[in-house]
Amino acid sequence: MFRKFGINSSLSFWLVSLGIFVLVQVLISAGIINPYWQNIIFWGAAITMVSLGLNLIYGFNGQFSLGQFGFYAIGAYASADITYRWVRQDPSALVVVIFGSILALVFMFGVSAFLRRFYGVATLTKFLFHLLATVLGFFLAVRFINPAIGKSVYAALNALPSEVSQQIVFFLALVGGATLAGIVSYLFGIPVLELGSDYFGIATLGFTIIVKVLLDNTDTLLPFPEMKGARGMVGIPKWTTWPWVFICFMAVVLVMRNLLHSSLGRAILSVREDERAAELMGIDTASQKILAFVVGSVFAGLAGGIRAHDQAFLHPTMFGFLPSFNPLIIIVFGGLGSMTGTIITGFFWIFLLEGVLRLYLPEGFETWRFVVYPLVLLAMMLLRPQGLMGRYEIAFLRRPLPPLRVKKEMPVAVEPTPRAEEAVA
Amino acid sequence: MKGRPENLSPDVEARPVILEIEGLTHYFDSLRAVHDFSVTIKEGELVGLIGPNGAGKTTVFNLITGVYRPTAGSIRYYGAQLVGLPSHEIVQMGIARTFQNIRLFANLTVLDNVLIAYHPHAGYGLGDAIFRTRRYREREKDMIERSQEFLEIFGLADRQNDIAGSLPYGLQRRLEIARALATQPRLLLLDEPAAGMNPQEIDQLMELIHFIRDRFQLTIFLVEHRMRLVMNICEWITVMDFGEIIARGKPEEVRNNPQVIEAYLGRQAIR
Ligand SMILES: Nc1ncnc2c1ncn2[C@@H]1O[C@H](COP(=O)(O)OP(=O)(O)O)[C@@H](O)[C@H]1O
Ligand SMILES: [Mg+2]
Repeated sequence: MFRKFGINSSLSFWLVSLGIFVLVQVLISAGIINPYWQNIIFWGAAITMVSLGLNLIYGFNGQFSLGQFGFYAIGAYASADITYRWVRQDPSALVVVIFGSILALVFMFGVSAFLRRFYGVATLTKFLFHLLATVLGFFLAVRFINPAIGKSVYAALNALPSEVSQQIVFFLALVGGATLAGIVSYLFGIPVLELGSDYFGIATLGFTIIVKVLLDNTDTLLPFPEMKGARGMVGIPKWTTWPWVFICFMAVVLVMRNLLHSSLGRAILSVREDERAAELMGIDTASQKILAFVVGSVFAGLAGGIRAHDQAFLHPTMFGFLPSFNPLIIIVFGGLGSMTGTIITGFFWIFLLEGVLRLYLPEGFETWRFVVYPLVLLAMMLLRPQGLMGRYEIAFLRRPLPPLRVKKEMPVAVEPTPRAEEAVA
Repeated sequence: MKGRPENLSPDVEARPVILEIEGLTHYFDSLRAVHDFSVTIKEGELVGLIGPNGAGKTTVFNLITGVYRPTAGSIRYYGAQLVGLPSHEIVQMGIARTFQNIRLFANLTVLDNVLIAYHPHAGYGLGDAIFRTRRYREREKDMIERSQEFLEIFGLADRQNDIAGSLPYGLQRRLEIARALATQPRLLLLDEPAAGMNPQEIDQLMELIHFIRDRFQLTIFLVEHRMRLVMNICEWITVMDFGEIIARGKPEEVRNNPQVIEAYLGRQAIR
């Protein structure tokens, strides 16, 4: 839109983003955006991040996932546990999640390198090896690393000014939640992505339900009494601020854009277009599917951390069956394979549903939403199946079309002289 | 690939065997699609596989490229067993193919189609892509340039940013070959490349096939159910019917083989 002033798409994107950042910050500071609407904006950002991840998995890679809210929940609860314990003088969750994840990733890397030396390793074997690597990593973190260094980590961080240490812990909590979501999605993806898109959809739905059941029983089945099971986790520090939301959101947008504009992105698209043809062009389609799934789930985990520290309260129903359809509705609405569409629809959907309608509609509206959801989806499918935006992207997000090559010398003329007599025959 | 010479030896006799198939058999449930199929192809040869519809030709290609695992038999590429390897590894070893029913990435651009085939040679990873490192920029530029060279050879240069599915049929066929070549193969499998083409387009295609064979030092294995193309350009021909080989030899030998005329041309004439 700034092209006529000689400003390219990249610069205009940054200018507009910076403008939005400053504007919202000023409005929040001036109290014009009240806490209610601030919550809606942060919520919109979180749901949009989950939706971008889902669009990467479904819209760009063609794998139908209903499991993204499970990863959103993992990110939310894991990061909340880190900060919850931290503000209660307990660094164990921080140490275990961060060091456990690092160890698990290192072990998994080793396991993959080891398994690559064999041909035709069964999926189940591969899964079990990776699971073992993860369990071992976290076991070591709980059993040895935390007792050994927990106290000194706490002391070291608290030696810093409390403002600084809080930001560092929050950063680590967000990273830890996102990483944990990524690790779980990797483990889950190994066996399940082989099944093909439809079965994958069903399996991921199962995943969301399992996560929900576990969250209902965090205090009984799982050893996390502070999460208080179905009563909901209270007392999470309210640390999410507009700069954090903005940074995380932009990070998600940029990572996704840069991934899609690379050779890996083209490989991800080729799987959606024709998986068999992609495989026969030498592309390891299984890894492309895992890649898209893990990156998309990391986005969801990060969004969970943002949401948990804005709401300061987590309840299993937030991650239940019905809300888990929000990202799907958003990407179908915005356009499968359009980041622009997802971003616009994501914010719009939360603004409308959780913001405007909640204020102006009567109390019983909650229930009606679940009638509205399917109707909206149906109407969309009938009226505009490609979504509002189709595959449209703003210039900054659009994959660049390389300019035509300047012809040096024609290698050969491929056009043969037409042979008149045969053309007639 | 270990032990694979970089260039074709000028001495035709001394050229190694690139593909050796023995006793290849494949059942779809109880349907015997291929039975005891064997063929030996030397580097640089242009070999044809013909036979009426449903003879099992495409299935042979699918078996070579790992789409199906054969019920029995062996497929060796420069002596290495291919049976049991996943398709993408077989392709990365240097076997590329086209499809009888065109299978382009129809919603992507012409250039993207070729770039995707370059992906295994991209030479950069996730970190480079996300942080836009120098390696990302250099490799990406290089890939685009090399892909554009392919498009130029196939007369698709000015179509690079068109959506592949919107190309006219003949150009889609060409793009399929260009895409297959971008995987940097030594052995190219063409499955009915002339399907749906008019005689003039077939002539162009024959010249193109000859040209790419010399230019890229390829060995070509070509499936066709119409005789014309194969008779003109192939050095050796194998004829299949009902999953079995019924004749093989030079084009003129095959043409005059009574069994072939009966099984193949006879039925075609009736149809
Ligand atoms: N995926 C499949 N499942 C079952 N039968 C198949 C499959 N692919 C091919 N066939 C059968 O195998 C036989 C050989 O098919 P094909 O190799 O495609 O023949 P051609 O390429 O020579 O026309 C045919 O009878 C066909 O119906
Ligand atoms: Mg066929």
